Amino acid sequence: MKERLQELEQEALLKVEQAETIEELKSVRVEYLGKKGPITEVLRGMGKLPKEERPVIGQLANEVRERIADAIEEKQSRLEDEALEEQLKNEDIDVTLPGRPIQVGGPHLLTSIIEEIEDLFIGMGFEIKEGPEVETDYYNFEALNLPKGHPARDMQDTFYITEELLMRTHTSPVQARTMNAKNGKEPVKMICPGKVYRRDNDDATHSHQFTQIEGLLVDENVRMSDLKGVLQEFAAKMFGKERMIRLRPSFFPFTEPSVEMDISCKVCGGEGCSVCKGTGWIEILGAGMVHPNVLEMAGYDSEKYSGFAFGMGPERIAMLKHGIDDIRHFYTNDVRFLKQYHNA
Amino acid sequence: MLISLNWLKELVDISGYTTEELSEIITKTGIEVDGISEPEELPQGVVVGNIISCEQHPDADKLSLCQVDTGEETLQIACGAPNVKAGQKVAVAKPGAVLPGNFKIKKTKLRGEESNGMICSLQELGVNEEDVPEAFKDGIFVFPEDTETGEDAVKLLNLDDSVLELDVTPNRADVLSMVGMAYETAAALARNYTLERPSYEEAKDKADSDVAVKIVDKEANPYYGAFVVQDVEVKESPLWLKNRLMAAGTRPVNNVVDITNYVLLEYGQPLHAFDRDRFNSNVIVTRYAEEGEILETLDGKLRTLSPHHLVITNGEKAHALAGVMGGKESEVHEGTTDLLLEAAYFDPQVVRRSANDHELRSESSVRFEKGLDVNRVAQAGERACELLQKYAGATILKGTAEEDHLNRKETVIRMETSRLNDRLGTKMEVQDVKNVLRRLQFEYEEKKGVFDVQVPSRRFDISIFEDMLEETARIYGYDHIPYTLPEGSGQAGGLTEEQRLKRNVKTFLEGAGLSETITYSLTDKESAEEMISPELKDEQHGAVRLAMPMSEDHSHLRLSILPELLRTHSYNTARQQQNLAYYELGKVFISREDEHVQQPKEVLRAAGAVSGEWVTNPWQQEKKEADFFVVKGIVEELAGRLGLSFTYVKGDVQGMHPGRTALVVCNGKTIGFMGQVHPRYQKKHDLKETYVFDLNMDLLLNLYEKEETFVKIPKYPSVSRDIALVVGEKTSAGEIEETIVTTGAPLIKQVRVFDVYQGEHLAPGEKSIAFRLLYQNPERTLKDKEVEEAHGAILEAVAAKHNARLRQ
Repeated sequence: MKERLQELEQEALLKVEQAETIEELKSVRVEYLGKKGPITEVLRGMGKLPKEERPVIGQLANEVRERIADAIEEKQSRLEDEALEEQLKNEDIDVTLPGRPIQVGGPHLLTSIIEEIEDLFIGMGFEIKEGPEVETDYYNFEALNLPKGHPARDMQDTFYITEELLMRTHTSPVQARTMNAKNGKEPVKMICPGKVYRRDNDDATHSHQFTQIEGLLVDENVRMSDLKGVLQEFAAKMFGKERMIRLRPSFFPFTEPSVEMDISCKVCGGEGCSVCKGTGWIEILGAGMVHPNVLEMAGYDSEKYSGFAFGMGPERIAMLKHGIDDIRHFYTNDVRFLKQYHNA
Repeated sequence: MLISLNWLKELVDISGYTTEELSEIITKTGIEVDGISEPEELPQGVVVGNIISCEQHPDADKLSLCQVDTGEETLQIACGAPNVKAGQKVAVAKPGAVLPGNFKIKKTKLRGEESNGMICSLQELGVNEEDVPEAFKDGIFVFPEDTETGEDAVKLLNLDDSVLELDVTPNRADVLSMVGMAYETAAALARNYTLERPSYEEAKDKADSDVAVKIVDKEANPYYGAFVVQDVEVKESPLWLKNRLMAAGTRPVNNVVDITNYVLLEYGQPLHAFDRDRFNSNVIVTRYAEEGEILETLDGKLRTLSPHHLVITNGEKAHALAGVMGGKESEVHEGTTDLLLEAAYFDPQVVRRSANDHELRSESSVRFEKGLDVNRVAQAGERACELLQKYAGATILKGTAEEDHLNRKETVIRMETSRLNDRLGTKMEVQDVKNVLRRLQFEYEEKKGVFDVQVPSRRFDISIFEDMLEETARIYGYDHIPYTLPEGSGQAGGLTEEQRLKRNVKTFLEGAGLSETITYSLTDKESAEEMISPELKDEQHGAVRLAMPMSEDHSHLRLSILPELLRTHSYNTARQQQNLAYYELGKVFISREDEHVQQPKEVLRAAGAVSGEWVTNPWQQEKKEADFFVVKGIVEELAGRLGLSFTYVKGDVQGMHPGRTALVVCNGKTIGFMGQVHPRYQKKHDLKETYVFDLNMDLLLNLYEKEETFVKIPKYPSVSRDIALVVGEKTSAGEIEETIVTTGAPLIKQVRVFDVYQGEHLAPGEKSIAFRLLYQNPERTLKDKEVEEAHGAILEAVAAKHNARLRQ
């Protein structure tokens, strides 16, 4: 019986080796390892053996079975691999053909810039406030220390609707509204982005509609050095740490002292070039300490409270960042322009 | 404002600084230098020459042969200028001289005659064409007769000057003068400057015995002084004076006019000289004009005046529009001998109004409008008298005829060093503050760090503590203020729920394939009132109009975003951009009443427009044009994103296709519409078939409810059944769907249309709609029997309600 088993093993292994397809291999399995196969038969005949030989033969039979099974397994995986190789050869595609187009949109460049600035100030604890685009004369001018007849509020620059109603010329009225809403008591820490309007003819550098972002912080003991710190933080994040900032005196009716902030020119690194008109600096925003009249008009005690405000133009920032030469691009909405900045 | 450095140099010491350094310092202390014009290439070797003789060139019609004395030698020079004459003092480039453009002058022969140098025009010396006086435009420049032969022509012509262009903020009117800039520069550089009092010889007779001044409105005209100037000789101004005027951008006229202009530049105080004879009166009366009164101004224009225009009169008729422009009649002319010289203070707003009304912005009106030093008005007049005496040989009567109501109250501001530091975040010492005040030349009293600062009248912009705060900080240096972060009560920044939602909606629409646009809120009247969403239609009162629009194209506030959005479609379509998918989130403006007196209600809307191919560039798949259902898909998904569900009802919107427009309804409220733009509108605006949506974001954001609790993912399998129903062609899928959902509740989880058919296999007037129904029980596995029952009920209901039968 032992010989028979060894014979069967030889036979089976040979057939495994000769099998060329998975089907053939399957039949080898059925033939030798199946319930009606020769090994099962050998085991069935074990009853005729002496008692002490039974375990030996039994063990041998199991070993033979296992070896055949292993050989089949091994051969099978080899055949499968070969079959897969064959299949892969037939599945070859031209990877240079274009992908199936999907419709993708994206944000307007100004929105990207505004949201970037919003997120940056949110990170510094600022809220975002909004206000009406059609404003009253009071909030647009008077509450900001621009009484009637002030030279800075020439009819030329403002779209009036009635004597008391106008298209807001800046986002500053939102400051006044926010402060008023707090009744002169709580601190204010906000920025307000939005559309503003000026009575201008549209050309490469003027647009009768544009956007602005204004910021305001009012609290006890706010210092001018805080304004400097916050603006530096902003400039580093928005324009890069390597850019320097400088403040120089300026004038706005609603701040005193007033400053303008320049950043060092990216193109020449401060050496002076045509972009910065030879000065090495580029004007980015206006700012200042909130004028006591503005605080008082909003109900704040200007002895106790102080604050700073700043304002900037997203169009200007976008134009500087991307070298855009004409402000009208933002409002023409040429699809080729819009798509350039979908990942800006 | 242009500042000549050669002039500034004579007032204050600016040595040791390059022009760039000086500009940087001035800019950083407060006056922005917007531009610097420096001589790029100075001519070299150009001197004043005296033309001894000038004869026709024997062999050339257009050339003259001149013998020119240059002080050291006499040169023969050929000259082609038509205005060359013997006896002239001219600019001579000697052999070896270099003119701008690296033009080297050599000895040469012209048509056989020697020419040893060149007699120069101003253009050849590098002067800009527009700065050349009219008389010398087409020829050589001629110096005044008394010019010394051999002198350096470049210096005399002030060609070596650098000019700073200042951008002066409205509060710093005090620097709109050389004197003001001298004080400012001295403070910035910590150097000295004091304005000296002018001096001249006065005649015995008193001005006020000769002339009387009467002010009718002392609010409008707080001060009027008149100097009586006699026996002037009107002629050309000396060269230095002309040079200074030109450097400041003012064209020289004659000595009298030039002197008043010079003093305007020097002191910042506008003056006016009347021809005494033509003024023809011994009284000067300033008053408001009468309605319809007419004045011919110096520019030759007839001005019709109103009662808010202040005029200077001779007691009868107007001779000047106060502070703005003099009258033609009493203009100084060649034969003028006697003058009335005006030095006055007019109310800024009065001057502004006159200048605005007559569109006459002059150097003079600008300065009146921005304010003047009350203590320098008469002094400026004295300065002009000093110059008139020196350069026009004038006799000047004693004192002035004047009326004076000027308020010369001094401003004193208290400034505590500690408060200064608290506000600036600095650590200034008392001595630092003293240094700043000394540089500014502000007088003060100080006790224990508390300053009482006496503000000089020239700094009329300073009136409160904060002004002094700025003044101190800018001289101390903004660079010396440290960087700190606010210490106050912290607050968590962030977006409000509404702002977050708005961003979500944008991100969704962009993900859905739409590009964001920003269009104009102001449009033409017709566009402003087109395509108004039905839910706004009843409450609006017409588009709000601007009082003074720049153009009719941007004259009205929009009531819908769509017309401007469609304009961008037209724009792009005209530029071969065919496949367009746009959206905009923006406001429309709903007036509350017909008069538009109240602030309009501003409603936030999300609008979109799609045209052209929606699925493009196929090599594997069919291309697909945008249609109603592409846009509807976007709107439906948006509803899902907001946790809402919309229903769609056929509706009518002006400007939209009557058969392809749906009102979008949410919780029983119309919140907008969608559909195809009316073919007539499309044709008019060169649009392809365009589909739009327009939703009221304010209503949507209100309706939005945040999903708070987790809904379990169903564990049990669902069962799907397809049915094709044959119905009348007017029956809408929406109606049937509603019946299915209500009848099949609660087991029906989803109903989806997957096919609509109309054609040869059906009777005319019929259509078939195929639905896929999804049944599910969240509690347990569905039994066939349950599904059969529900399904049967549904079939009965649709048959009864919609006359629908199963398609076989």
